[in-house]
Amino acid sequence: MKFNHGFFEKNSMVLLIGILVVVSIGGLVEIAPLFFLKSTIEKVQGMRPYAPLELAGRDIYIREGCYGCHSQMIRSLRDEVERYGHYSLAAESMYDHPFQWGSKRTGPDLARVGGKYSDQWHVDHFTAPREVVPGTVMPGYPFFANRTLDVDSIRKHMEALKLAGVPYTDEMIENAKTDLVAQTQPDAREARALLERYPKAQVRKFDGKPEGPVTEMDAMIAYLQMLGTLVDFTKFDAAGPNLR
Amino acid sequence: MAVPRAATSEEAIAFSGALALISAVLIATVGGIFAFAGLDEVIRIHGALIAVSAIAAAIYIMANPRKGGEEEQKTYFDGPVKVATLAAVFWGVVGFLVGDVIAWQLAFPVLNFDLPWTNFGRLRPLHTSAVVFAFGGNVLIATSLYVVQRTSRARLAGYWSSWFVVWGYQLFIVLAATGYVLGSTQSREYAEPEWYVDIWLTLVWVAYLLVFLGTLWKRKEPHIYVANWFYLAFIVTIALLHIVNNLAIPVSVIGAKSYSLFSGVQDAMTQWWYGHNAVGFFLTAGFLGIMYYFIPKRVERPVYSYRLSIIHFWSLIFLYIWAGPHHLHYTALPDWAQTLGMTFSIMLWMPSWGGMINGLMTLSGAWDRLRTDPVVRFLVVSVAFYGMSTFEGPLMSIKAVNSLSHYTDWTIGHVHSGALGWVGMVSFGAIYCLVPWLWKREGLYSLRLVEWHFWIANIGIVLYISSMWVSGVMQGLMWRAYDSMGFLTYSFIETVEAMHWPYIIRAVGGLLFVIGSLIMAWNVWKTIQGVKPVDIADQPRVAAAPELRAGLAAQPAA
Repeated sequence: MKFNHGFFEKNSMVLLIGILVVVSIGGLVEIAPLFFLKSTIEKVQGMRPYAPLELAGRDIYIREGCYGCHSQMIRSLRDEVERYGHYSLAAESMYDHPFQWGSKRTGPDLARVGGKYSDQWHVDHFTAPREVVPGTVMPGYPFFANRTLDVDSIRKHMEALKLAGVPYTDEMIENAKTDLVAQTQPDAREARALLERYPKAQVRKFDGKPEGPVTEMDAMIAYLQMLGTLVDFTKFDAAGPNLR
Repeated sequence: MAVPRAATSEEAIAFSGALALISAVLIATVGGIFAFAGLDEVIRIHGALIAVSAIAAAIYIMANPRKGGEEEQKTYFDGPVKVATLAAVFWGVVGFLVGDVIAWQLAFPVLNFDLPWTNFGRLRPLHTSAVVFAFGGNVLIATSLYVVQRTSRARLAGYWSSWFVVWGYQLFIVLAATGYVLGSTQSREYAEPEWYVDIWLTLVWVAYLLVFLGTLWKRKEPHIYVANWFYLAFIVTIALLHIVNNLAIPVSVIGAKSYSLFSGVQDAMTQWWYGHNAVGFFLTAGFLGIMYYFIPKRVERPVYSYRLSIIHFWSLIFLYIWAGPHHLHYTALPDWAQTLGMTFSIMLWMPSWGGMINGLMTLSGAWDRLRTDPVVRFLVVSVAFYGMSTFEGPLMSIKAVNSLSHYTDWTIGHVHSGALGWVGMVSFGAIYCLVPWLWKREGLYSLRLVEWHFWIANIGIVLYISSMWVSGVMQGLMWRAYDSMGFLTYSFIETVEAMHWPYIIRAVGGLLFVIGSLIMAWNVWKTIQGVKPVDIADQPRVAAAPELRAGLAAQPAA
């Protein structure tokens, strides 16, 4: 039987269904298995959900559109690994709703920027980037320092993330606001509880103003300083069962 | 033609008016709730915008009831097409201008002013959304609603729903744009608007699909014309992509912020499945619909090959959807997905060039038009740019090439050779065709200004993409350069400093493109005003509205 394309051309619904079928195949084959294949995300030690202050910083990172110029995805290429550190693992962004891998490096990759610079460097750099790095084209964010962080809404944010699958416990959500503030108060008793809930969380007043309120600068730097610091690469075996 | 046209019944008109009014009131109520109970500044401002727009719509609906009657069905419904055409010109100028501003910011960062609302990070999505969705989207809505009526010989289905599509879409643009400036974003490239703006776009899009399909159902031609296949694929697939990619959990139903339902690697794959097909179906399939209607119309020749158009259509839409993973080469996305993405991206070269050949060869026997009609030149050069960027795309999707090009300005250059060269030029060609046709003029105000626009825009594009090739390839090579001791040669900041001059050249190229669009806006404005064309003798017959040409005028079939 000779195939006649007229069947599609004369029946709008046939054409519509034909289109739907044809455009669905590629997406189904490429996306659906990622949710089921266990090898998609490696087994690593050290990953945990973001502490409240880090999460607040991450929200600011998204708000300001940082992903437009900074990637958080080190490719498995020699020069990248030497410049930025171990190539990024899928496990390292498994709690990232949404992911922040980025697509353009007008600025450097930030996947492992944590600990690379001091807090004061970040404060100065955000306030006036060219005072610190003369050739940079990054905009300044002096307003981070003056904006008090909205600490009351963080609990609702964590509840939404829990609904999306981030393993925040009831205890973490219960203590969201306390934990957020505690991360800027190294001498407070609550800081110890925070560290139990969020191992490796860095506790200090990040913006260099110990007496001041929690600012957006605190949140932003807390987030940057933890990036890439969670996974213990001395225990990660890239050649092991994770090989894909 | 002698068969009397069935007028829409009075009951149907009253019912649709009431339905439109109720919808407007409901939308105004939701807007009011957001405005007064909203948890953050963004949703309160957006609530007020939604409420004011809906109230204005309600007043308009009450003050201007649909007339109906037998006369109505004798004409095409071009009001919404005109609004979308003007919106395309307006948003085009705005979008190009914002793009040029951020290009200058990269050359001279002091232009960021270090204020939240003017920094690059917030203006960049404003630029991409303004050009892709505001400019490109309005061009697609205008041309698709024009073309589907003519090629079906049927008046648009629906009255208020057609107006809703056009004005609802403008509201979506305003919500998206104001949201970015105020810091509301999902951070998904080309899908930045927050959850409630996404829901609004979904409503508009469903109405758009129904208006389009409804017009096809009314058609008096047995066959659906090829341009409409592409428009239909664009509308349906964008709906699918938009809904899946924007699945999110709002922090509160009266708050702007939401978190993506997916995370990490799955989220990245979903986003680039969307992101690349925003290119494939919004910026390609839809605009190929324009190619398949406006080139044959303007040069008065049939499409080169019917068979090629069938192969072009099905292979293009089947292959495109697989191409997303090439945005994620050497990342934490599993290798099998990267390889699939690369393979299909390379295969995509073939239907792309098949389409290009079909468009270009339509000029067979009319190549002289390229010399005499600058509008044809816009249309044809756009197809040439399409061929160029759809060759460059598969090339860049090869993993070895991508390891150099990814994260650099080469990608930006590639996108703009497609966006300025293909989407921009084909849109300008279509707008120059549409304006005299819609406003029933005997020609454009000035064909010579079209000529100026063409060359200024073209030089701008060449400056843009060549400077981005230089900057991208240079930066990619600098990142991976090693000295004789085996150390990386350059620090990151040295690669940034090296891009200063290419950035300036790029911004100058962008400025030329903006100037070209301003010339177009002026020309369109004068044409609509009805000013007598200055060079009517030089204009081809097809420049005039169909009604003003000798011979049959297009009209809905009886």
